[in-house]
Amino acid sequence: MLYTALEKMYLIRAFEEQAEALYALGKIHGTMHLSIGQEASAVGACLALRPDDYILSTHRGHAHCIAKGADPKLMMAEFLGKAVGYCRGRGGSMHIADVEGGNLGANGIVAGGLPLSTGVGLSLQMQRSVRVCLAFFGDGAANEGAFHEALNLAAIWNLPVVYVCENNQYAMSMPVAKAFPIAQISQRASAYNMPGVTIDGNDLVAVYEATRAAVERAASGLGPSLIEALTYRWRGHSKSDRQLYRSRDEVKEWQQRDPILRLRASLVQAELFSETALDQVKEQTYRGIEAALRFAEAAEGPDPASIMDDVYA
Amino acid sequence: MLEATQPATITETTTALRELTYVQAVREALRLAMQADERVFLLGEDVGVYGGAFGVSDGLLAEFGPERVRDTPISEAGITGTAIGAAMTGMRPVVEIQFMDFITLSMEQLVLQGAKMRFMFGGKVRVPMVLRTPAGSGTGAAAQHSESLEAWFVHVPGLKVVMPSTPYDVKGLLLAAIEDDNPVIFIEHKLLYRTKGPVPEGYYTIPLSQSEVKRSGTDLTVVATSVMVSRALEAAELLAAEGIEIEVIDPRTLKPYDAAPITRSVIKTGKALVVHEAPMTGGFGGEVVAQLVAGEAFDYLDAPVRRLAGLDVPIPYNRDLERLAVPHTEDIVREARALVRGAY
Repeated sequence: MLYTALEKMYLIRAFEEQAEALYALGKIHGTMHLSIGQEASAVGACLALRPDDYILSTHRGHAHCIAKGADPKLMMAEFLGKAVGYCRGRGGSMHIADVEGGNLGANGIVAGGLPLSTGVGLSLQMQRSVRVCLAFFGDGAANEGAFHEALNLAAIWNLPVVYVCENNQYAMSMPVAKAFPIAQISQRASAYNMPGVTIDGNDLVAVYEATRAAVERAASGLGPSLIEALTYRWRGHSKSDRQLYRSRDEVKEWQQRDPILRLRASLVQAELFSETALDQVKEQTYRGIEAALRFAEAAEGPDPASIMDDVYA
Repeated sequence: MLEATQPATITETTTALRELTYVQAVREALRLAMQADERVFLLGEDVGVYGGAFGVSDGLLAEFGPERVRDTPISEAGITGTAIGAAMTGMRPVVEIQFMDFITLSMEQLVLQGAKMRFMFGGKVRVPMVLRTPAGSGTGAAAQHSESLEAWFVHVPGLKVVMPSTPYDVKGLLLAAIEDDNPVIFIEHKLLYRTKGPVPEGYYTIPLSQSEVKRSGTDLTVVATSVMVSRALEAAELLAAEGIEIEVIDPRTLKPYDAAPITRSVIKTGKALVVHEAPMTGGFGGEVVAQLVAGEAFDYLDAPVRRLAGLDVPIPYNRDLERLAVPHTEDIVREARALVRGAY
């Protein structure tokens, strides 16, 4: 399981580094939001889910999508706006969804997915399903009204939803210390009488264990939970970010806590894998992303005649 | 996964007509939809024990229980998003937003999520939900409880907008809206709730996007929506006594809009008047006029196409001012007469 987790984390890192390179080459129409440095929260949380559980993602959603099991080829095709992409080229980076794989979409609106996740939870409860819904959101979303409405509804109805706040320290440029009058976002759970924990979001095992507990609770009908995973985005908010709000030293300090290197170190230390074997994992995933890029670049764009498709069912 | 237990009841047509009020017709449609399909459920503020602010869901809690007739806290964004999330994953929710004005609090979920999900995801999801809401003035509820905001939603690709004017239409159109696989904004009018009309028993649907001629005439085409339909029909009676025969057409569904019957009518009458309660500027009437003059009816027009609509003003509290803010029967009579006599 940890081996798979490392593989996924490398896949995410490789996808996003490739995305960044494509952007630098001027091959990308639009913007993107990279989660480099945050891979453990996405992978650790999704590791605790079953394949048919649902997630809702955010604008910084590449990691969630890969972690939930999406095919990087179809993601890359969507990123390049191709017809074979997950959303037929209609969504792009900010709206990649893998509905069949249980990912109900990245979302361009901060906290936009939270009321939806409550609805998915209600749907599962009314269908007497044992599945759960996991909603990713950022620290910025916790100050939207939709956050409070969604968590309150899920709590009063005891819905099978796990709310995972990836606190990466900044809502664009607004630091959490200025945006919250509380030390930990998880404290807000007490207002909705649900369990709330703050964990090291760069520690894959910690994220997995906290999510596992919340998923079990949700699946057994005990209701929602709030998990705050402390992490850090290494890159800017989006491609226009000059990062005037933080110091290089701060970024470097967080880069010392690279979630991938930490997992690697623990695997080697426990003598589960050799460094060479893990280097091979890295190499394979990077090669896989190169193949995904070749696939996506060779794919065709959408037929202009199809522009009005799927506005209505 | 819950399943529909139709279609046995759906194809069944019953001809027994009773007089029902508009509110009874809405309630009957909700009851039949919930009986026919386990996936249909209601949620909204005070829809349960209270029976809905206007009594629409009265008695449904007792029949279907609190899981399917779900009282919610005052969280319009939350409940709208909850309905969308449930619709995306196999349910068919019907949300009540207590006053159309409060839909402003649902806008993000409705416009940026519900309306766009299917398209943004390349057709991989469906969002079969209905958002019912009472609109309109005339109750002395003033500016924050009297809005007619239909034009906003007509402007959003991905949403359907339905605005029924009679008990018969409201029942058949609501059942069609619940069967539809898209988010439908279903706009009821507070003043229509107590109006009566013939309504067949049993399950029947009226297809969305079909405009209907409510009264035939030869001298002028009047396109009216919601409560303005009955006012236009009253005006038609008064005008008939003067020898003026107006044709009254109700689009019923504003989006996607069925313009063909209006075009056909204007080819016959040569004149058109569009009437709605919402403020004139940016109102749906502009779209009706635009589609009319851009098409084949243009060559048949022998008078300017006119609009009669609400003033560009928030709805005032004072009874006389409130009445002045929106068109009434006498206004339609005056405008129609002027158009027919060439005195505009």
